[in-house]
Amino acid sequence: MADTTHPEKLEGEGETRRDFLYLATGAVAAVGVASLAWPFIDSLNPAADTLALASIEVDLSALAVGQSITVTWRGKPVFIRHQTPEEIEAARAVNAAELRDPQTYEERTVKPDYLVMVGVCTHLGCIPLGQKATDQKGEFGGWFCPCHGSHYDTAGRIRKGPAPRNLELPPYEFIEETRIRIG
Amino acid sequence: MAHAQSSEFNNPVIRWIDHRLPVFTMLQKEYGTYPTPRNFNYLWNFGALAMVVLVTMIVSGVVLAMNYTPHVDHAFTSVERIMRDVNFGWLIRYIHMNGASMFFIVVYIHIARGLYYGSYKRPRELLWMLGVVILLLMMATAFMGYVLPWGQMSFWGATVITNLFSAIPVVGDAIVTWLWGGFSVDNPTLNRFFSLHYLLPFVIAAVVFLHIAALHVPGSNNPLGIEPQTPQDTIPFHPYYTVKDTFGMGVFLIVFAAFVFYAPNYLGHPDNYIPANPLVTPAHIVPEWYFLPFYAILRAITFDITIPFTGIVLIEAKFGGVLAMFGAIAVLFALPWLDTSPVRSARFRPLFRWFTLLLLVDFVVLGWVGGNPAEQPYVAIGQIATAWYFAHFLIVLPLLGKLERPLPLPKSISEAVLGKGAPTGAAMKKA
Repeated sequence: MADTTHPEKLEGEGETRRDFLYLATGAVAAVGVASLAWPFIDSLNPAADTLALASIEVDLSALAVGQSITVTWRGKPVFIRHQTPEEIEAARAVNAAELRDPQTYEERTVKPDYLVMVGVCTHLGCIPLGQKATDQKGEFGGWFCPCHGSHYDTAGRIRKGPAPRNLELPPYEFIEETRIRIG
Repeated sequence: MAHAQSSEFNNPVIRWIDHRLPVFTMLQKEYGTYPTPRNFNYLWNFGALAMVVLVTMIVSGVVLAMNYTPHVDHAFTSVERIMRDVNFGWLIRYIHMNGASMFFIVVYIHIARGLYYGSYKRPRELLWMLGVVILLLMMATAFMGYVLPWGQMSFWGATVITNLFSAIPVVGDAIVTWLWGGFSVDNPTLNRFFSLHYLLPFVIAAVVFLHIAALHVPGSNNPLGIEPQTPQDTIPFHPYYTVKDTFGMGVFLIVFAAFVFYAPNYLGHPDNYIPANPLVTPAHIVPEWYFLPFYAILRAITFDITIPFTGIVLIEAKFGGVLAMFGAIAVLFALPWLDTSPVRSARFRPLFRWFTLLLLVDFVVLGWVGGNPAEQPYVAIGQIATAWYFAHFLIVLPLLGKLERPLPLPKSISEAVLGKGAPTGAAMKKA
């Protein structure tokens, strides 16, 4: 019996109509599969309760000059430092254009008295030392990562060592004189 | 193992793989050219539908498991979190919940097709028995899955059903303690049910593979119940039945979507939205609808089986109920040998046809009884329906085979469809 499922291709109209039908069906099927798959894939994205924790408020009124605190934001440590005038002076004295990751002190702060940064080394993710007064602070008086020897200055900029970028800045704003919302 | 023949595939990558592991040749043989009887009706769609539902349940289940916590203190709220906070969590949960009901609807119709058309008869007995194994695994999986949300019905259904095993003489109580992992349904029980509920669907998938393999050895049955005689009696599975199955899947998905989007809790019980409370028993403990017929059979045995005129109890009512409930599935295993008729399809067995339809009605009646409280008149109706269920398999079928006068069978599938013009084996040359 002749196999009717695969006739020899005719020239012209018969061939192109079938090709068109295959293409159109394939396109609709692809859209169908994509719309079927999307809810399952999207369900792995952060859920509403996770997103709700994406924003925290921190009260800085008790933070003294020269003191640092660490808060948890989105599962990561955030360093908040009430800068001393010497630290601000030292940060501004640096020629930003010569840095590995050029950023001025003004670009890294909202109010010059406070430095808010994600406390994760941009090399391979360890938490740098420097929050406690007794910690090593590296050669530039800021933070020092003990894992592979990255030195950050008083503005959290990478000065020496393998880290490629300055300590990351989370999005934040002052909602009161001494109160910030991060994220 | 035979070496692969020179491949008919054009794509060099496919040829490379196929030469080393002939999956493409196998797929081509089993789902491409597989000669399928040309006279399938839509009842033959339900096996493929069952496979679609199984895949759906596994995918939705695995994604749900990413957000579910199998601990008594967190299970219920983790499910509510899925419903409210997880992106599309409500959709995936409702798909999984209603998919379970769909799975049983599809499988019950698939089994009914097998009963009516004699698909369990020689040489397909093992195929049938593998199917009954799949049904048992599905029931175990569904039972454990229903416990996981840890609602009132979850907890109390688990308590009632696990307590049944205490009816087993001598070792009953030890078995129940072992099942529970404690002294009542509690955290150890929930945790192990989650583990097994995740495991069994993959066991089902393996048995489904064997089920299809066992089918492909003799080939499919068909509504006439007679074997294909010439190539004219069959058509290649692809494209005819791939397209027909895709169409059937479209219709099925409409029904499925109607439940998921418009009536997602219709088939469920509102009490399961109340967190489990071991100190408060719901007024009516009912399993999900697909277990109701077996629940009715369980509750139908209200009497002890004793030696007459002595006080000696051989089987307590509780144990009798358990035996009857499992027995209702056990008779299915024996079906190929209980039905003694050499004729397969009910189309040619006028008496068998009525009795089979009566059995289906009986099954629905049992389901209705199971959903009602264990009072009169439901108890009496349930007992009659239970007795009839067993009588059908153990008395009617063996007798029918001997006493029934079947209608004359057509000579071939083609002849039944085409009439006198059908080709016969001698006249046709293979194209």
